[in-house]
Amino acid sequence: MSVSEDRLRDLLVRGLAGDNAAYHVFLKELSAHLRAFLRGRLTRLPDDVEDLVQETLLAVHNQRHTYDAGQPLTAWIHAIARYKLVDLLRRRAGRDALNIPLDDERELFARSDTEAADAKRDLAKLLDQLPDRQRLPIVHMKLAGLSVIETARATGMSEAAVKVGVHRGLKALAALIRRSDEDR
Amino acid sequence: MKTDELISMLANGAQVVEPHALRRRYAIALGWGGFGATLLMAIMLGVRPDLAEAAWLPMFWVKLALPVALLATALLAVLRLSRPGVRLGRVPSALAAPVLAIWLLAGVALLGAAPGARSQLIFGETWASCPFNIALLSMPVFIALMWAMRGLAPTRPALSGAAAGLLSGAMGAAVYTLHCPEMDAPFLAIWYLLGMLIPTTLGALLGPRLLRW
Repeated sequence: MSVSEDRLRDLLVRGLAGDNAAYHVFLKELSAHLRAFLRGRLTRLPDDVEDLVQETLLAVHNQRHTYDAGQPLTAWIHAIARYKLVDLLRRRAGRDALNIPLDDERELFARSDTEAADAKRDLAKLLDQLPDRQRLPIVHMKLAGLSVIETARATGMSEAAVKVGVHRGLKALAALIRRSDEDR
Repeated sequence: MKTDELISMLANGAQVVEPHALRRRYAIALGWGGFGATLLMAIMLGVRPDLAEAAWLPMFWVKLALPVALLATALLAVLRLSRPGVRLGRVPSALAAPVLAIWLLAGVALLGAAPGARSQLIFGETWASCPFNIALLSMPVFIALMWAMRGLAPTRPALSGAAAGLLSGAMGAAVYTLHCPEMDAPFLAIWYLLGMLIPTTLGALLGPRLLRW
């Protein structure tokens, strides 16, 4: 098992247990691996790479409760990245896009690319479309970095409603990404 | 928004994830769905009046064992399909085992019966309503499982929908044994399986639509 696998897995497990600093490092390093992986597969759509990196990061975050600590992290990440890649190609090109080469998941963590291009799609604009009960908790807690209690005080929502708002808001954001792409 | 900003946003104040979220989700879905199915059976169909005597017969337990075996295997499939990157492994062959077993029993029963008695073994008294009753009883579990699965991450939506459908069908069939008066293996081998196939097909059709993430 590779060094990256062990290291990233450890960071994620700590992140899932509530260590936000470790989780931040995990997402940061993961983004570089995802970028290299997706850039190698989206050779005909190079402008979409950064959008897909962001969409995959959001999916990893929203679906992080499906990671089983006994499972190889590479397999989990690879399956998510591949699912998002297929989804994008299907949205773009219809049925004939399904011929994606089978690839070796172990190569996912072998390469990394920290040169982020600009994303075409602005997630901040999509965030603005969310209803207040989801948007406000995200803006206060996730963007301004307030705690749950501070966010509850600032918005007049209950603490439980703040947590639910963040959770549902980020899921709704993923759904908005899919829809905005289909309308294009 | 730059990718680094997105990363900070996601990591900021990220809540602790409880380790058994996935299993708990399915436990809740099966609990409520099973309760709904039992209620539906009791109100619309009624428990068979001779249940206490029937429970002494081995065939009653064979009839229950078929859906229970399928239920356990389908649950394993559902759990695996809900996590990205987990393979099904031997689950498909484990699913085939109870089906082959009941077909074998049915074959033995049919061969051992007089030719004139065979159609009674196959059709019983209730063949026309059995599959639809099983499909009906599977609906509460079906809906609950779709809800549970929507909150997870199935990367193969049609297959995942089918597995959830089979699980709900097996639950529906297990509950239906409390009402069903039939006691012959050939009947089970055809109509029970057909009943479970209805929600399985429905799941395979609805999966790609409902289970996107």
